[in-house]
Amino acid sequence: MKRIITLTVLNRPGVLNRITNLFSKRNYNIESISVGHTEQEGVSRITCVVNVENGGVCEQITKQLNKQIDVIKVTDISDQAVVARELALIKVQSLPHTRNEIYSLIEPFRASVIDVGKDSLIIQITGESDKVEAFIELIKPYGIKELARTGTTAFPRSSQRTNQAKNYSIV
Amino acid sequence: MLQEAAFTKVKAETSNGSGADLLIEALKREKVEVIFGYPGGAVLPIYDKIYDCGITHVLPRHEQGGIHAAEGYARISGKAGVVIATSGPGATNIVTGLADAMMDSLPLVVFTGQVATGVIGTDAFQEADILGITTPITKHNCQIRSVEEIPRVIKEAFHIATTGRPGPVLIDFPKDIAALIGEAPTDPEISLPGYQPTLEPNYLQIRKLAEAVSTAKKPVILAGAGILFAKASDLLLEYAEQQQLPIVNTLLGLGSFPADHPLSLGMAGMHGCYTANMALYECDLLINIGARFDDRLTGNLKHFAPKATVAHIDIDPAEIGKNVPTAIPVVGDAREALSMLVKQDGKTPQHSEWMKKLESWKKEYPYWYENAESPLKPQRVMEMLYEKSNGDGIVVTDVGQHQMWAAQYYPFKKPNRWVTSGGLGTMGFGLPAAVGAQLADRSACVIAVLGDAGFQMSTQELAVIKEFNLPIKIAIFNNRSLGMVRQWQEIFYEERYSHSKISVQPNFVKLAEAYGIKAYEITTESEADSILNEVMEANEPVLLDFRVAESENVYPMIAPGKGSHEMVGVKK
Repeated sequence: MKRIITLTVLNRPGVLNRITNLFSKRNYNIESISVGHTEQEGVSRITCVVNVENGGVCEQITKQLNKQIDVIKVTDISDQAVVARELALIKVQSLPHTRNEIYSLIEPFRASVIDVGKDSLIIQITGESDKVEAFIELIKPYGIKELARTGTTAFPRSSQRTNQAKNYSIV
Repeated sequence: MLQEAAFTKVKAETSNGSGADLLIEALKREKVEVIFGYPGGAVLPIYDKIYDCGITHVLPRHEQGGIHAAEGYARISGKAGVVIATSGPGATNIVTGLADAMMDSLPLVVFTGQVATGVIGTDAFQEADILGITTPITKHNCQIRSVEEIPRVIKEAFHIATTGRPGPVLIDFPKDIAALIGEAPTDPEISLPGYQPTLEPNYLQIRKLAEAVSTAKKPVILAGAGILFAKASDLLLEYAEQQQLPIVNTLLGLGSFPADHPLSLGMAGMHGCYTANMALYECDLLINIGARFDDRLTGNLKHFAPKATVAHIDIDPAEIGKNVPTAIPVVGDAREALSMLVKQDGKTPQHSEWMKKLESWKKEYPYWYENAESPLKPQRVMEMLYEKSNGDGIVVTDVGQHQMWAAQYYPFKKPNRWVTSGGLGTMGFGLPAAVGAQLADRSACVIAVLGDAGFQMSTQELAVIKEFNLPIKIAIFNNRSLGMVRQWQEIFYEERYSHSKISVQPNFVKLAEAYGIKAYEITTESEADSILNEVMEANEPVLLDFRVAESENVYPMIAPGKGSHEMVGVKK
């Protein structure tokens, strides 16, 4: 199962190494990781997407991450209502006769063309991972030359649905 | 006037000096008594200040010996062991010790030299990325970036190393910063927003545990090294007597409960005793206090405590539920938890049948071996060491068969008399760790119980023992082989003794004499008796080369992959 874990960390040298090191040391599989500054100076936010067998493993991951001295807070937000986004840049081959078709795919996905070359386009798409995935599948037949994805970054929504069963950690 | 006062106040709170000056000053503020260190290029500015700083400095003959000595010191004194090594090879030589201390939760503050900031990353002479190398095997590590932060970083390092679940902290010290003059606040505030260990347990969880105890029919406490770190042995005794709860110890938890107490069941685990392992298998309530359910303790997890409700008190939340599903998790300091538990009212468990069963197991299945005058039996040697030291020695071991015999045949009555490498199982640990243990307690009778192979991994530390005239009794259990490896090859590899028998050995007696240390070769029990009588009280080091039976095995034993109820060799 896929879980999204967010961490706030002190922006100190080697902090990202500590996190990724821990994943490899404990044999956890990381799907994506994204890092960036936050509104607070000296504090960064890391969003990890992990693929785990069960909730117990995920609980171990959050506990182990929490033990790191430079990690301020760890939250498993998978069971909350979240906004999760990732961005992908796709360089796709575009010949005169396919260009229009490609444009017609871009529109419903609210993607945008950010660079046009002689025989290729660079498309930028943002959205949830599944949406990006779906778009890539659709565009694949036209010939993807290069692809870069950022990994998911996520937030809990401001208002959580109240009928949702909350998932408490045992400790 | 007012302004002037304020001015002097600010003045008093900062100190001037080089980075190395500030380092020494910070160590003195932490009341460091002894430094285990080895000089080299990148730490020359620091060593220039150590020259006349007044703190005892111990020069091991190999950096690895230095860090193991610091571990022994930390285990006995309860304080952080301080290590200094130079950059590059000096730093990489302490890696094993860091991993060992991390596994066994020993507080260390380790300083490594580093090449000057300007050349970091250029593969300069004696440069190694020690932060990268040690990230997974330290509780925390960091590099000094400016003179101003030195007092704060060192204060934080001692705080992190010694609080919560203790562990090693490494500070990487670039050479130019050690020499740079600067000004820094003398007693800075520490700033660790991400580090707040939970000490006080949740009251409701304690209640839940107390209720589980009162209804239990077959309760047992598993007491680990967490009790020792929390200095909670007295409370464990009080609680166990109050509720009449039997106690099983882990290897590293030995000494947390008096072994001669009627409620003590002894050590559990791969070479633990029958009663302790069966108590874990049969119990209906298992209260783990400060142990981490290591695989050498549990055996196959599928068969571990299958009928038990598991309660687990640990200061490290990540240990709870890691290996064994836990019904009653209690995060907190063992001392705090036990002091809350002894105050809970509630009836004591009705478990007289259980106690009778445990008692009969104890009578039926004690540790056993067959004695003989020749060849000398290692178990008998261990018993004699116990007798001749009145059971009050500090026992430091290496790793292997002799380590298990020490755990089995030296019943500890008091806490902090036992130093061994448990989690990492580091050969070569014993001799240097004995140095640290003796420096932590100068009046104690320190016995270094070593195998002949492990001794040869750190023989060079004999020089330190001689230099400081540490009256360590070095007992080599010489079976001319890597005993535990040999035992496994005998049992699991059809007696194909692949590189586990050591046919060429130095003369240990002459070797010790070359270092100026008295030594004896001992081949019989009567010889052992008379020589031990002679040397045990001596105020100087002595090396005893016990020629023990070469094919003796450690029993009982839980074979790998088996459950704790599937011991072999439980009886004669």
